[in-house]
Amino acid sequence: MESKRASFEGALEALGVTVASTTESELEAAVTEAVTEPAVGVAPDEAVADEAFSLTETPVTVDPTPVALREATTGVTEAELGIGDYGSLVLSMTDQASELVSLFVERHVAILYEEDIQPDMDAAVAELDERFNETGGSAIIATGPSATADMGALVKGAHGPREVHVIIVEEGV
Amino acid sequence: MATADEIRELMRTEGAAVAENTQGFNTGRYDSVADLEDYEELKRAARSIKEDAIEDLPDLLDQLTETVEANGGTVYIADDAADANDYIRDVVDERAADRVVKSKSMTSEEIEVNEALEADGVDVVETDLGEWVLQIADEAPSHIVAPAIHKSRESIAELFNEQFDPDEPLETAEELTHFAREKLGEQIVDAEVGITGANFIAADTGTMALVTSEGNARKTVAATDTHVAVAGVEKVIPTVADLHPFIELIGRSGTGQDITSYVSLLTPPVDTPVVDFTDDETPLSEFDSDRDFHLVLIDNGRLEMRDDEQLRETLYCIRCSACSNSCANFQSVGGHAFGGETYSGGIATGWEAGIEGVDVAEEFNDLCTGCTRCVNACPVGIDIPWINTVVRDRINRDKDAPGEWLVDGLTPDEEDDGAPLQKRFFGNFETVAKLGSATAPVSNWLAGTTLSRRAMDRILGIDPRRDLPTFERETLVDWAASRDSQVAKPERRAVLYPDLYTNHVQVERGKAAVKVLESLGVDVVVPPAPSSGRAPLSQGMIATATDHAERVTETLGPHIEDGRDVVVIEPSDHAMFTREYERLIDEAAFTSIAENSYEVFEYVFGLLDNGASVESLSTATGAEIAYHSHCQQRTLGLEAHTVAVLEDCGYDVVTSDVECCGMAGSFGYKSDYYELSMDVGDRLRTQLRDDGVQDRPVVASGTSCLEQIDALLERQPRHPIELLAT
Repeated sequence: MESKRASFEGALEALGVTVASTTESELEAAVTEAVTEPAVGVAPDEAVADEAFSLTETPVTVDPTPVALREATTGVTEAELGIGDYGSLVLSMTDQASELVSLFVERHVAILYEEDIQPDMDAAVAELDERFNETGGSAIIATGPSATADMGALVKGAHGPREVHVIIVEEGV
Repeated sequence: MATADEIRELMRTEGAAVAENTQGFNTGRYDSVADLEDYEELKRAARSIKEDAIEDLPDLLDQLTETVEANGGTVYIADDAADANDYIRDVVDERAADRVVKSKSMTSEEIEVNEALEADGVDVVETDLGEWVLQIADEAPSHIVAPAIHKSRESIAELFNEQFDPDEPLETAEELTHFAREKLGEQIVDAEVGITGANFIAADTGTMALVTSEGNARKTVAATDTHVAVAGVEKVIPTVADLHPFIELIGRSGTGQDITSYVSLLTPPVDTPVVDFTDDETPLSEFDSDRDFHLVLIDNGRLEMRDDEQLRETLYCIRCSACSNSCANFQSVGGHAFGGETYSGGIATGWEAGIEGVDVAEEFNDLCTGCTRCVNACPVGIDIPWINTVVRDRINRDKDAPGEWLVDGLTPDEEDDGAPLQKRFFGNFETVAKLGSATAPVSNWLAGTTLSRRAMDRILGIDPRRDLPTFERETLVDWAASRDSQVAKPERRAVLYPDLYTNHVQVERGKAAVKVLESLGVDVVVPPAPSSGRAPLSQGMIATATDHAERVTETLGPHIEDGRDVVVIEPSDHAMFTREYERLIDEAAFTSIAENSYEVFEYVFGLLDNGASVESLSTATGAEIAYHSHCQQRTLGLEAHTVAVLEDCGYDVVTSDVECCGMAGSFGYKSDYYELSMDVGDRLRTQLRDDGVQDRPVVASGTSCLEQIDALLERQPRHPIELLAT
């Protein structure tokens, strides 16, 4: 477990993505610290998280209006998986508009449970293969901020976020 | 066909930006794949998935149609561009859409859907920043992956400032990007229909993969309620799990990124709610995800390509652009010279021949020199130079035989009658060389006169600025026949293959090779043998090349049966024996020659490794040398042997790492390509003039490399085997 996490964090660092780690009980504080206001978000999946994770005690507006989304600087969503060797996040597309919240903002803050870090791309694709075959669905493998080199030099923040921050929620603490 | 004037103009206007970008991508590719422990295994897996998928294509298309429709989408298989456009226009019309936003897709370029929709009064906006620049500039993409690669930051700034007249003139890449992001962001949220391509589509779940970095494909899908995905039928693979090798390979192969920022795996229609971006009251989750999805799969000649033994491999292409970036000529002229109606670069010949026709491919087919540098770069192992050769052959056959038979007698094979005079001359260089040696030195004097050079330029298109080979009166075969073997008790026995140039022109390197092998205890014979067929193959004269291949194996066969190894000096001929002959002759004959042939330094390396003493050779102590390997030699993984042997012999070796010297056989002799050849060669010249290299003697393995370096430098290069002879 430690090596997967170490390689994941190393890869994130190489991508210019910042990382914080926290316990379940400290998650709200970690989110509060990570966001630049105005912030909007989607609360972590209820099936995984208990009430403490509802984001209600943070400056994050959950389930914002479209206008609030467009005016927001930060978007907070859960990441389904982390991929150790690439520093990638697997983002799901929910009817709570996670896709819009993670994309139409300057700064994306992703909450990732440590147990969801996969060692490599092979393992991550195998898990997605299983899930898509059972229940269908879609996902984004997001690696670092959006970027382009079309204007003559590498620029971070093309259509999507220019900053990504990952909060790793440690288990069993 | 791109003429000298067009090539010169492209090098002047677009060359610098293209060179910088493609070389950056290419270097990135080398660095990035070096980090993959199982690179070759991933490539094999990727190829095998595509091979099977194309084999099973009709079944996969049926399966995909079923799954997409079960998911609530629609599949339309379009015969051609017009059919696809009619369908898409209906979808847009039914949605009553005023604006369509579009994420970059080569297949949509192929069908020219923008023009079709614009004719209906629909506003079509490209959301990829590079594509948007081209849309504003009204230009065509010059690269499969980075469409505006030929434009510099300065020229984009000039374009934007002129077009949009911003308060403060835009200057930096950051300013330009953010300006484009703002402009496009407004248009995306205001659009009704989003068009994307699809890099891969899994038949089992209907999941498509979209590989992007900017996030525009994500926005194009999320912000509109009607998604039209346009893809060639060849994009279908069986399962989601099959995506794995492609996700690992595609970014690395193309731009040298380990992975692009986003790989969207979409099983449309997606759950994301369709929102009104001007609504300040309704929470996001209260909007419905009432989405419409249409997958338009385009045939447009692909199913015929599937039945075409030679073009079929083109369908394995994943459009990563590695073949463009690794191509020395592409690095100089870019896709506007190196492309047809839509696709550009190495694999474009296959695509354009298949979807547009051989005549479109002809416009740029000659720019492939057959150097094979793209072969190992291709993540699905497509033999791109072979496809180019086949198409060249078809172009030749489409032509009427030239009326004026100046070089009559130079075409032994009637099947190749269609080849133009210039191709026939280079393709039958064996005859020229025989005549040249037989009449030397008169032939050399005659060939060098101003009058002959003018005639050669006018009739054969041979550039007068290029030095011609000087034929030797005594060929290597003659020399070898007149002397006895120097080895009393041979350790091994070999037949040294007298290639065209070694036998007639570079006889000294042949003599050196014989002496080196004898010093290491090898009994050597040098029998007369036909030329390998490399020359006609380069000109697309496959029937003539096949005839050569058959005669070569008949000549060398008895020697191999007699227990002799075949030692080859010229790397391009060694590559013929071990690569191209597989396409030309029967399996048994190919296996025999391929398994028993060795490049001369590969052979020397093996002898030393098996106990022969380096002391038998001419050695140096720390002498500095610069070495340029040969394209085809590097493709076969044989550069290291020369370096190792030279180091064993005491040399301090610096090697060049440019993709190619720019000569590649006959290419650099042709008047139309002389300047391009020298522009490519300039990159090698720069390396050989670097600090610490500028005073080193230069050695090179290939005939054409030696000729090019001779033209580029004051220092006259030699074949490295000449250093080793005592």
